[in-house]
Formats: sequence, structure tokens, C-alpha cells
Amino acid sequence: MTRKSPQNQEVETTGHSWDGIEELNNPLPKWWLYTLYVTIVWAFIYALAYPAWPGLRGASAGFLGFSTRGEVAGDIARFEALNASIDSALAAADLTEITPGSDLYTYALNAGHSVFLNNCAQCHGAGAAGNVGYPNLLDDDWLWGGTLADIQYSVTHGVRNTDDADARYSQMPKFGADGILEDAQIAQVVNYVLQISGQDFDAGLARAGAAVFEDNCTACHGADGTGMRAFGAPDLTDAIWLYGGDAVTLTDSVTNARFGVMPAMGLRLSSAEVNAVVTYVHAQGGGE
Amino acid sequence: MWNTVKLGGLALITLLAAMASNYGRDFAYQVHAFIVMLAAAVTFVYVLRATGEPAKPRDTGYQDGVIRFGVVATTVWGIVGFLVGLVIALQLAFPALNFAALQGYGNFGRLRPLHTSAVIFAFGGNALIASSFYVVQRTSAARLWGGNLAWFVFWGYNLFIVLAATGYLMGVTQGKEYAEPEWYVDIWLTIVWVAYLAVFLGTILIRKEKHIYVANWFYLAFIVTIAMLHIVNNLVLPVSIFGSRSVQLFSGVQDAMTQWWYGHNAVGFFLTAGFLGMMYYFVPKQAERPVYSYKLSIIHFWALIFLYIWAGPHHLHYTALPDWASTLGMVFSIVLWMPSWGGMINGLMTLSGAWDKLRTDPIIRMMVISIGFYGMSTFEGPMMSIRAVNALSHYTDWTIGHVHSGALGWNGMITFGVLYFLTPRLWNKDRLYSLRLVDLHFWLATIGIVLYAASMWVTGIMEGLMWREVDPQGFLVNSFADTVGAKFPMYVVRATGGLLYLTGALIMGFNLLMTIRRAPVKAETPVMAAAQ
Ligand code: HEC
Ligand code: HEC
Ligand code: HEM
Ligand code: HEM
Repeated sequence: MTRKSPQNQEVETTGHSWDGIEELNNPLPKWWLYTLYVTIVWAFIYALAYPAWPGLRGASAGFLGFSTRGEVAGDIARFEALNASIDSALAAADLTEITPGSDLYTYALNAGHSVFLNNCAQCHGAGAAGNVGYPNLLDDDWLWGGTLADIQYSVTHGVRNTDDADARYSQMPKFGADGILEDAQIAQVVNYVLQISGQDFDAGLARAGAAVFEDNCTACHGADGTGMRAFGAPDLTDAIWLYGGDAVTLTDSVTNARFGVMPAMGLRLSSAEVNAVVTYVHAQGGGE
Repeated sequence: MWNTVKLGGLALITLLAAMASNYGRDFAYQVHAFIVMLAAAVTFVYVLRATGEPAKPRDTGYQDGVIRFGVVATTVWGIVGFLVGLVIALQLAFPALNFAALQGYGNFGRLRPLHTSAVIFAFGGNALIASSFYVVQRTSAARLWGGNLAWFVFWGYNLFIVLAATGYLMGVTQGKEYAEPEWYVDIWLTIVWVAYLAVFLGTILIRKEKHIYVANWFYLAFIVTIAMLHIVNNLVLPVSIFGSRSVQLFSGVQDAMTQWWYGHNAVGFFLTAGFLGMMYYFVPKQAERPVYSYKLSIIHFWALIFLYIWAGPHHLHYTALPDWASTLGMVFSIVLWMPSWGGMINGLMTLSGAWDKLRTDPIIRMMVISIGFYGMSTFEGPMMSIRAVNALSHYTDWTIGHVHSGALGWNGMITFGVLYFLTPRLWNKDRLYSLRLVDLHFWLATIGIVLYAASMWVTGIMEGLMWREVDPQGFLVNSFADTVGAKFPMYVVRATGGLLYLTGALIMGFNLLMTIRRAPVKAETPVMAAAQ
């Protein structure tokens, strides 16, 4: 049974009908068919040009000799060649000798910024202003020291990591968790810290706390509580806190202590990159 | 007698599930065993009450009851899935919405798979099952084969969805996108899927029509291929039969390749072939026009199912996958362009001579725009599979834009059209409650899609360019956080698009409900089409 279609008097239907649906016998659209052929021909050419045909021992390499790894390696090699001389100058340089304004200095700042964004920003923040537990690198309040040499050491070896034997290391005791101090004593010393950092405090508790501090804390945080760089012990008298200065956070810091870890970047970055990022951090305003 | 066997089986399952719930090694497994126990117990009571009742005279018409449930499930799951989509879109724009109190249940990481599975498997899957049951009966002039097996498919599939969804919230996942459910849920889906295949194929075998209609080829390709994909990608060894963890059979790059062979064909067969099946029946029906070209339907069907299977590696460009595999994935994707467009041509040209209906019939308009988006995403896809383009688009929001122009535009819109088509017919109504609301839904959804896709193209290309931006000395200019910050305004636009799309779906839900409750009843009752 063939019927004329209502749309196009020339084309017939196939003659079947399913639940009232019929199908016309239109030919394949020419442009459609030719485009399909073109893509197929193109596919074969492309598959000869690029790695494509798997064999028992590896695949065909393609006549263009392309590989994704080769492409990336090429890009990296190109930039390395471009920067080779300045990189070796930077790697060898004594950082204190680089004069601001020189080409080497400008290069170190640019490179350092990029290294920072891709290796440090996730912890220290894109603007280096820090996060809870991750120190602000913009100010002049340093845990371990803010000279070029100090920063270079902190960056190269990191802090409290297990990958680098020379990593900076110290450990505040867990005064509460390890039962060194009673809860009452902790409340006292916390109030003393509140007092020396210029916040609201309970005078009675703080008075008792001064003694507790004297006996337990001064070895690291100093007699006046302004910290000690040899141990990376923070200044407790200023308004800058690594973890927080309110009573609850202070109690937590004293009870459980802290253990901030920074990876040894010297194991991941080239010495030129380390020097670049150190120059960059030092130039951010807090450098000594 | 048969009922006694069933009762015995259900009692046994209830008992075993209760034991599993007790011995379960982790909380999620215990909850799941409990859900299974409840489901088996409820079914037991149901069967028990039906036992002894005089057998009802066999209904000779089509089996439409299960399709009615499917229509409701599709609508409800759709709304849930879109809502969760909106929530995660807002969470990306405003991370504070990852409330601390909901950590481990309601944070982005838990809700994202809930969204993808709710829209693809719950919304899309129920739409596919219900529409395929409708289409195969009409075009075969036969009642569904297997009696109550179709009911088992419906309830079994929805039990699968509940187990999968609750699992995600409790953190049960294999970590494979679109194949997150763990081993016991996978086994259950396999059983349900085999039953689905049996019902569908059985109905085709008892058909009274001489030829198998093209829509059914597509549905069948979808059912068979999904079974294969599901089994191979879920080959795992459970750690314990009382626990919800398992170890994958494949590892490393083999696992990645298997996963994206699965993932791409989930797109190709679930979201494409199955939905083309819908298109081939409902578009000519609604337009009341013959399909444009029989020849085209044959050629593009075989080309499509042959080519899709090979295209998976385009998801793994520039990874540990060897270059040769990535090249092959790319060329097969490019060749796939025309076969995909064959479906679009056949759908659009079916309307030739009926273009005036675009103005008067919002349902046709939905179907047409859906086919348009299908064409667009199957052009965009091959383009994105080109290695050089993918180097920019991969990992960016461009992929998300591509996904949703396909998902919201093609899958969503055609499903809405089908729901509007089916509801009056299944509930024996004269017409829909309101065509003006359909019109409103059409516009809300269309604007929503445009906002979604456009904002994701902007952010996608922007972040792709930002990631690769280097200064003259080869140093990267931006940090990752810079790109995230720059995307914020477009994230808000995307969420707005999602809100419009969700609003449209809610209006549809209302319209369908009112159709069922209020619209005038149709005069004559439907009868089975005579074989021709
Ligand atoms: C995984 C997180 C992390 C990364 C990445 C990281 N840091 Fe740190 N960094 C820390 C932590 C934590 C500390 C503080 C350790 C402590 O408590 O003493 C620190 C301390 C420092 C200090 C010492 C600050 C002071 O006050 O003395 C410097 C300098 C520093 N980091 C620079 C860098 C640079 C430069 C990079 C990138 C090359 C970097 N960091 C990457 C976590 C990190
Ligand atoms: C062994 C040395 C040591 C001793 C003793 C010590 N601390 Fe510390 N303290 C540290 C170090 C080192 C840090 C920094 C830890 C880090 O960065 O991870 C620190 C950090 C802190 C902080 C957090 C500061 C901030 O900015 O958030 C507080 C508060 C503090 N100490 C209080 C005390 C008090 C009170 C005592 C005495 C009860 C004490 N510490 C004893 C070494 C010490
Ligand atoms: C209201 C409508 C919707 C909104 C607001 C929405 C939102 C989202 C969001 C925010 C994501 C996560 C993106 C990311 O991780 O960056 C996502 C992922 C996804 N959505 Fe939707 N969605 C909606 C509807 C749909 C529909 C209807 C479908 C399918 C039929 C769908 C399928 C997907 C898929 C497959 C992904 C994962 C994409 C990938 O991993 O590349 N969505 N959606
Ligand atoms: C010829 C047809 C198509 C081709 C060649 C194609 C190609 C691609 C490519 C290259 C990607 C990006 C992979 C990446 O960079 O990670 C992609 C992602 C995706 N596409 Fe398509 N696409 C096609 C059609 C469709 C359609 C019609 C839909 C939906 C209805 C769809 C849904 C998806 C989804 C969900 C993803 C995201 C996968 C993920 O990463 O989670 N695609 N597609």
C-alpha cells in the first residue's frame, strides 16, 4: 500500500503505519551524506597524521610525530631555554646583593609572584595575607624570622615536616591534654594572656596566671610573652594571632597545643624558583 | 499457587534483610537493608491481601496503569532533581550554604551525585521506562508482555533510585561518576533491567504489526547497551557481604577508560538513543505528520550506535591515557556529528508542512526546541572532542554548559512535551487543564536554559584562558583562586537560570495535577489500534 504524503506530493510513504504514524521515503539529504563522507575521509587522514593504530608493541606514531607529552615538554623546554641565563644568575645570586630596580630583581619579583600563586597561595592566601593557622607574610610579625636568609631557610626546608631533616622544628607541650596543667590553671594563664594582649580579662585569674606563665611558658614565648624566633613561638602580646586570640581559642591552643606544618619547598622547586619567591615574599612589606 | 511462592520469597527476603540490617558493618548498609526489609514487607502484605480474591477478568486493552505511575514519578523526580541542582548551583556561588550542621550530608560533595542521579536516572529513567511502555504497546498493537512484570520493573527501578539517593547522602559511593551506587544496589538494578528487557522484547515479539517501528529500535538499543555498560563498569569485589564497600576489578588507566567508555555511552544510549526513541513516536504523533525519511532513520540509527561505543576516550584527553586511544576517541566523535544530526533532521523535517503549529501548539514548540538543542549539543560535543579545543574546555564550566544544553534543552524539553502528551490520554481527559500554562512553562524553561548555557560558556572559556595565561617569560599569571573569584557573577546567573527552569517544572506539575483532577473526561474509551 503506497500513499501520497500530504506534505510533498512527489514523495511516497513506505506503506506501513504504526498507530497512525507513517514514514516518508525521502532520500538522504545530499549535504548530510557528503558531510558524513568528508568527516570519514578526514578521520582516516587524521589517524595517519597522529598516533592512532594500536599494535602489539605500541601504536603508530603518525607522520606528524605529535605526542601530548612531547607538546608539553616542548613548551617547558622553550621557556627554560629562554630563561636559562637569568635563572642561573638568580640561583647563584646572594639575595641581599640583588639591587631593587635591576633586571634580575624585576625578574625575581615576576617569577616569585607566579611561583607564589601556584605553590603557596592555597595556604597563605592569594594575597599572602594568611589564613587561620597559616601565617600572614605581609606584616613584620615573623614566627621564624623575616630576613632574606630566614625566609629562604623557612621556604627551602619548611616547618615541622618529616620530609626534610633540616626543617624548622619545635613543639609546644599539650598542657591540658597531657595533664601538665589543671583546667583551673589553664583558665588562669589564658586570662593572663588576655591581659598582656590588651583584651578584657578577669583580674583575679590573671594574677594567678602570671605565675603559671612564668613557670611554663616563658622558656619559649619569652619573659614578656613577645615570642621567640628560635622556637617559632608567636608573640602573644600583639593583636596578630595565628590561630585566634579569644578565650575559647586560647584555651584550645594551651590545652591541645598546635603543630603547623609547612612542606619543604626546596624539594619541589628549583633554587632559582626558591630565590624568586623569597625575594617576592621579602618585598611584600614585612621583609627585614 | 504462584502467589504462595511469591509470599514465601518475600517473607524470606524480609527476614534476610532484617538480619543484614542487624549484622551490617556500616550505618549506610544497615539503613539500606532496613529499606529493603520494609519494601519486601509492604509487598508481602499487598500480595497477601490480593490472594484469595477472585481473579479479575483479563483486561484486553493496553496496560496503562504502570505508565500512569511512571508519569507521576517522572514529574516528581524531575522537580526534586532540579531543586537539588539549584541548591548546588547556589552552593557554588555562595559556599556558606554548605552549612556546618549538614556537613557530611548536605554539603556540595554529597548533593552533586544526588543531583546527577536524580535528573538522569530518576527523571530521565522513569520517563524512558514509561514512554517506552506506552510506545511499544501502541506501535506493536499488543499488551505489555509478562503481566505484572512491568509493575516489578517500575517499583524495582524506583527502589533502586531510593537506595542510590539515600546512599549518596550517607557517603556510599564507588567514586565513579554516574555509576556511584555500590555493589548490592548494582546487582539489584541488573535484575530490574533484565526484567525490563524481557517486558520490552517480549512485547515486540508478540506484536501484531509486521515491522518493528523505528522508535522501538532506539529503545531496544538503549536497553541492551545500558545492560552491558552497567555490568562491565561495575565489576567489583565486595569487601564483605554485610558492608557497603567494594574493590574495583580494574585499576589505573584501565579503570579510567572503562569508566568513560561507560560514561560516554550513558550519554549516548541513555540520554540520546532512548530519547530519540521518544522523539520518533511523540513528534509525528503530536504534529500528525509522517516521519520525514525512513532511509535516514535506518542509516543514522546504525551509524549512531556503531560510532558512540568508540568515542569515550574524548573524556580523557591529556591524561594518562595513551595518545593513540585519545586520537581514536576524537575521530570517532567527529564522524558521529552527522549521524547525530540525522536524528535532528528527521525530527525537524517531520514538521514540514505543519510549521504553523509552532504558533498554536506550545507542546510542539517544546519538542522543536528540544530537537534544536539536541542538534546544538551534538555539534558542540564533536567540537569539544577535538584535542586542541579540549585543551581549553576540559575541566572548565564549558563542559557543564554543554551537559546542560543537552540535558535541560534536549532531555528536559522533550520529556515535558511527552508528559503533556501522555497525561490527558492516560487519564482519559479531553485536553490539558491549561495550554497557557504550558506556554508559560515553555518560556520559563527556554530563558532558564539560555541563562544557564550562556553563563557557562562565558565562565568556561574565561577560566580556560585564565588557567593557561602565561607572561612573556613563561610564568603563570593567575592562581586557581583568582579564576574561582572571577566566576562568581556567572554562577549567580546560572543559578537564576536554574530557578526559572525549576519554576517552569513546578507549573507543569500543577498543570498535570489539575488535568487529572479537573479537566473534562473524554467521551469514548480508548481501544487497541487495529493491526495494519
Ligand atoms: C601546606 C600549606 C603551606 C604551603 C603550601 C606553604 N606554606 Fe608557608 N607556612 C605554612 C605554615 C603552616 C606555616 C607556619 C608554621 C608554623 O606554625 O610555624 C608557614 C610558614 C611560612 C613562613 C615563615 C613565616 C614566619 O612568620 O616566619 C614563610 C616565610 C612561608 N611559610 C613561606 C611560604 C612560601 C614562600 C610558600 C610557597 C613556596 C609556602 N610558604 C607554602 C604552610 C604552608
Ligand atoms: C616548647 C615551647 C613552648 C612552650 C613551653 C609554650 N609554647 Fe605556646 N607556642 C609555641 C609554638 C612553637 C607555637 C606555635 C605553634 C604553631 O604555629 O603551630 C605556640 C603557640 C601558642 C599559642 C597560639 C598563638 C596564636 O597566635 O594563635 C598560644 C596562645 C600559646 N602558644 C600559649 C602558650 C602558653 C599559655 C604557654 C604556657 C602555658 C605556652 N604557649 C608554652 C611554643 C611553646
Ligand atoms: C534546575 C536545573 C538544573 C540546575 C540548576 C543544575 C545545576 C547543576 C550544577 C550546579 C552542577 C554541578 C556543576 C559543577 O560541578 O561545576 C550540575 C551538574 C550536572 N547536572 Fe545539572 N542542573 C540542572 C538540571 C539538570 C538536568 C535536567 C540534567 C540531566 C538530565 C542535569 C545533569 C547534570 C549532569 C550530568 C551534571 C554533571 C556534569 C559533569 O560532571 O560534567 N542537570 N548541575
Ligand atoms: C555527538 C555527540 C556528542 C559528543 C561527541 C560529545 C562530546 C563531549 C565531550 C568532548 C565532552 C567533554 C569531555 C571533557 O572534556 O571532560 C562531553 C561531556 C559531556 N557530554 Fe557530550 N557530547 C555529545 C553529545 C552529548 C549530549 C546529547 C549530551 C546530553 C544529553 C551530552 C552530555 C555530556 C555530559 C553529561 C558530559 C560531561 C561528562 C563529565 O565529565 O561528567 N553530550 N561531551
